[in-house]
Amino acid sequence: MSAVMPAAAAPRPAMKLGAWTGVLVAVIAICVVVPLANLAIPETSAFHLSDYAVALIAKIMCYAICALAMDLIWGYAGILSLGHGLFFALGGYAMGMYLMRQIGSDGQYRSDMPDFMVFLNWKEFPWHWALSDSFVLQMALVVLAPGIVAFVFGWFAFRSRIKGVYFSIITQALTFAAMLLFFRNETGFGGNNGFTDFKRILGIPIATPGMRMTLFVITGLTLVGAFVGARWLMGTKFGRVLQAIRDAEGRTMFIGYDPVAYKLAIWTLSAVLCGIAGALYVPQVGIINPSEMSPAAGIEIAIWAAVGGRGTLIGPIVGAFFVNGAKSWFTQAFPEFWLYFLGALFIAVTLYLPQGLIGLWRKLRKGRAA
Amino acid sequence: MIRKGRASGREAGRSAVAMLRALLGVLLMAAAPLAVRAMTAEQAHAIAVGDSEARIAALKQAAAAGDARVPVIAQALLDGAVKVDATRAYLVQPDGSAVEAASGQPATPPDEAEDAIVNNRMRGELDAVLAALQLRSADPEQRRAAVKQLRDGADEAMLPMIEQALAAETDTALKAELTVVRARALIASSDAAKRLAAARALGEETDPAIRGLLTERLRPAAEGGESDAAVRAATQRALDGMNDRLAWGERAGVLFSGLSLGSILMLAALGLAITYGLMGVINMAHGELIMIGAYATYLVQNLFRAHLPGAFDWYLVAAIPVSFFAAAAVGAVLERGVIRFLYGRPLETLLATWGISLILIQLMRSLFGAQNVPVENPVWLSGGVAVASNLTLPYNRIAIIVFAGLVLGGMALLIAKTRLGLFVRGVTQNRPMAACLGVHTARIDTMAFALGAGVAGLAGCALSQVGNVGPDLGQGYIVDSFMVVVLGGVGQLAGTVYAALGLGVVNKLLEGWAGAVLAKIMVLVFIVIFIQKRPSGLFALKGRSAEA
Repeated sequence: MSAVMPAAAAPRPAMKLGAWTGVLVAVIAICVVVPLANLAIPETSAFHLSDYAVALIAKIMCYAICALAMDLIWGYAGILSLGHGLFFALGGYAMGMYLMRQIGSDGQYRSDMPDFMVFLNWKEFPWHWALSDSFVLQMALVVLAPGIVAFVFGWFAFRSRIKGVYFSIITQALTFAAMLLFFRNETGFGGNNGFTDFKRILGIPIATPGMRMTLFVITGLTLVGAFVGARWLMGTKFGRVLQAIRDAEGRTMFIGYDPVAYKLAIWTLSAVLCGIAGALYVPQVGIINPSEMSPAAGIEIAIWAAVGGRGTLIGPIVGAFFVNGAKSWFTQAFPEFWLYFLGALFIAVTLYLPQGLIGLWRKLRKGRAA
Repeated sequence: MIRKGRASGREAGRSAVAMLRALLGVLLMAAAPLAVRAMTAEQAHAIAVGDSEARIAALKQAAAAGDARVPVIAQALLDGAVKVDATRAYLVQPDGSAVEAASGQPATPPDEAEDAIVNNRMRGELDAVLAALQLRSADPEQRRAAVKQLRDGADEAMLPMIEQALAAETDTALKAELTVVRARALIASSDAAKRLAAARALGEETDPAIRGLLTERLRPAAEGGESDAAVRAATQRALDGMNDRLAWGERAGVLFSGLSLGSILMLAALGLAITYGLMGVINMAHGELIMIGAYATYLVQNLFRAHLPGAFDWYLVAAIPVSFFAAAAVGAVLERGVIRFLYGRPLETLLATWGISLILIQLMRSLFGAQNVPVENPVWLSGGVAVASNLTLPYNRIAIIVFAGLVLGGMALLIAKTRLGLFVRGVTQNRPMAACLGVHTARIDTMAFALGAGVAGLAGCALSQVGNVGPDLGQGYIVDSFMVVVLGGVGQLAGTVYAALGLGVVNKLLEGWAGAVLAKIMVLVFIVIFIQKRPSGLFALKGRSAEA
C-alpha cells in the first residue's frame, strides 16, 4: 500500500508547546469545568451541563479511545482492523462480569447468581467467571482478555504475512464468529441481552451523581493519557520503524527489522487500549451485549479514525466526537436520515478527504498563510 | 398446483367422507330394526355417558361385535346430538324429534335429559371407530382415507375389524398399509406371541412414524415399554433394521440441504468472484446488490398480481432479467460514481462501499418499510418430490440448485468465450497493454462491475424464493460470500464453486452434529485457520490489486 501520510521530519520532541497547552486545557476541562458545570452550577443557569450531556460526552470519550487505538494500527502501521469491536466488547464484558457480581442478591430473583444464570437454572459459576469476584483480578482480565486474543490472532496472522484487505476481512470474520458465540446462552455471557441492571461498583451505588462524575473524570484522563502516551510512542524509534513498515515493509525487512514483532506489539497494544475503552464504557452506559461486536460496529470505529484523519492521533479523537455527535443529533432530529449521512460520510471521506478533517484544517491554514 | 391441489383434494375427500357417513347413517338407521345382533339400550347408554374408560370400552365392544347402530351413535355423539337421562340415550334428529339410541324407535327424552359430553379423547376414539367401519366401504378412496386415519389410532380392540377388512381388501397398496395398521395394533397386544410377530412385521417398514412407535415400545418396562425379553429383542432388531434403511434417506437429506446451501452461497459469491476475484474491488455493498435483486423480484410479482393475474405463476421468469438488470444498473452507477476513483486503494474501497451499503439499506427502508416484504412462490415451485419416506426434496430448493448451475455455466462461457470476457481478462491481466491494443479499459471496468452486480441481482431473485426479503437481507450474506471467495482462491471461478459447495455441505454436516450457530462459528474459525495455514496458495492475487 502506498504511503497514506507524509513521513515525519527529523526527530522532534513528542509534543510542541502548543500541544502541551491543549493537553492542559483538556485536563482542566475534564477535571474542573465539567464537574463544576454539572454538579455545582444550578440547573436554571445557562452554564449548567445536563446529566444527559455528561453521559453523552463520557460515551464519546470511550469511543475516542477506541478511535485512537484504531489510529495506532491503521494510521501508523497500515493495518486496517474491522475486528476492534471484539476487543472493545471483551474489555466491556470483563467489566460487566464484575458489575454483575456486584449486584449481589439484589437481582429480580434475589439470588447470589446473576438473573440470567438463575433463569438458565445454573447452580454454580462457569470457569471464566472465577475471577469476577475480585475487582483487581477482573481489571487484570480487562487487559488480558483482549490482549491474549489479539496476541494469538496476530501471531498467526502476521507470521503468515496476511495483510491488506485479507487481514481486514478475517478480522471481520473473527468478530462475527465471536458475536454468534456470545449470543449463545450457554456460553455464560447473558445471551442476547448481555449484562445490564448494574447496581454498584466497589460497593458504591453506580447511579449517584458523584460516582458518575468520577467515572467521567477517569475516562477523560484515560483518553488524555492515552493520547500523550501514543504521541510519545510514535515519536520513539519504535514508532518510526512502524511507520517505515507501513510505507515500505519489504525495504524495512531487508534493512534488518523484523516486521512481525513490531506489528504484533502495536496490534496487541491497540487491542488492549480498546478493551480498556470498553471497560470504561460499560458502567457509564449501563449495558453490554453482543451487538457491540457486530461487523457494523467494528467498521464504524474505522470511520471515526478516517473522518478525523489517520496518522494524526488527534484526528481520530476529533472524528469520534464529530461522527458520534452527529449521530446523537440525527437520531433525535431526523432518525431516518442518519444512515444516509453516515453512508455519505464514508464515501465523501474516502473520495475527497483522505487526510480527514485534520488534513482539511491544515490545508486551509496553509492556504491562508501562503 | 401441487400444494393447493392436494389441499383442496383432501378437503373434497373429507366432505365426501362426511356426506357418505351421513348417508350411511341414514341407510343403517332404516335397516336398524332388522339388525340381528341388536344392542341393548343399556349398552347405548354406556357409550353415551359415564367414565371415559368405561365408555370407550363399551364403544369398542359394540364396534367389534359389528353392531349396525354403532356408526349412527358415534356420528351423533360427534355431532353433539345425543341426550341422556338416567337409563337411556336418545339421538336428536335434525327435525327436532328424537329416537332411542339402541333401537332407533321414536322416543321422547324426559325434560331432565342432558347433552352427552364428548371430550377430545372420546372424540379420537369415535373417529377411529368410524374409520374402522369405513374400511368396509366400497369406495377405495374412502378406504384409503380410513386407513390413513387408523395409522395413529389403531389398537387391539379394533383388530377384528382390521382383520376382516384385510381379508376383503383387493387393492395391493391398501393391503400393505392395512398390514402396517394391523401390526401397530398388534404390537400393543396383550399376547406376547402376537407382539413378537408384529415387531418382525414392522421391521420391514420405512415410515418414520413407525420408528417412533418402536422406540416407544423400547422404553424401560416400568414406564410402559415392552416387558417380554424376546419381543424386546425382536423390536430392537426391527428398529435397527429400519434405522439402517432410513439412514440412507437421512444422509441423502443432509447432502441435499448441504448442496442447497452451497448453491445459495455460490450464487451469492459468483458476483463477488468477478468484482473481487477478477477486478480486485472489495465491494462491501455486494449483499445490498443481492437485496436489490430480491426487491426487484418483489416488484415484478406485484406488477403481475395487479395487471396480469392470469399469468401470475410465471412472474418469476420475468423477474430473472429484471433483477439482473436492476442490480447491474445500480452496479454501473456505483462503478462510475465512486469505485473507479478508488482503484488500487482496496482499504478505501472497502470503506466507501460500506457507506454505499448503508445508503442502499436505508433507501429500501424508506421506500418499502423496515419490515420484510412478502414474496410468494409460484405454485410450480411449491411442494416437493418425495424420494423416500423420510426425504422430500422441495421444488424451490431443486430449482435453486439448477439455477445456480445455469448461472455458473453462463458466466463461465461469458468469461471464456465472448469478446467481453476476453477484454475483461485482458484488462485485469495487463491494463496498459490492453489499452494499447485499443480496448476501452474504463468502459470494460464498468461493464465487468455491472456484470458482477447483475449476477448478485440474480442471486437475490433466487433467494427471494427461499428466504425473507427485507432491507437486512444482504447483511447476512456479505461475510459468507467473502469467505467463499477468499477460501476458493481469488481470481478463479472453479475455486469459488468448490469452496461454496464444500462450505455448504460441511456446514450442514456440522449443523446436524452441533447445532446451527455452533456450526457456523466452527466454519468461520476453520476458514480463519485455513487461511493462516495456506496464505500463499489462496492469496495469489492476479488482478490489479496485486501489491506492487
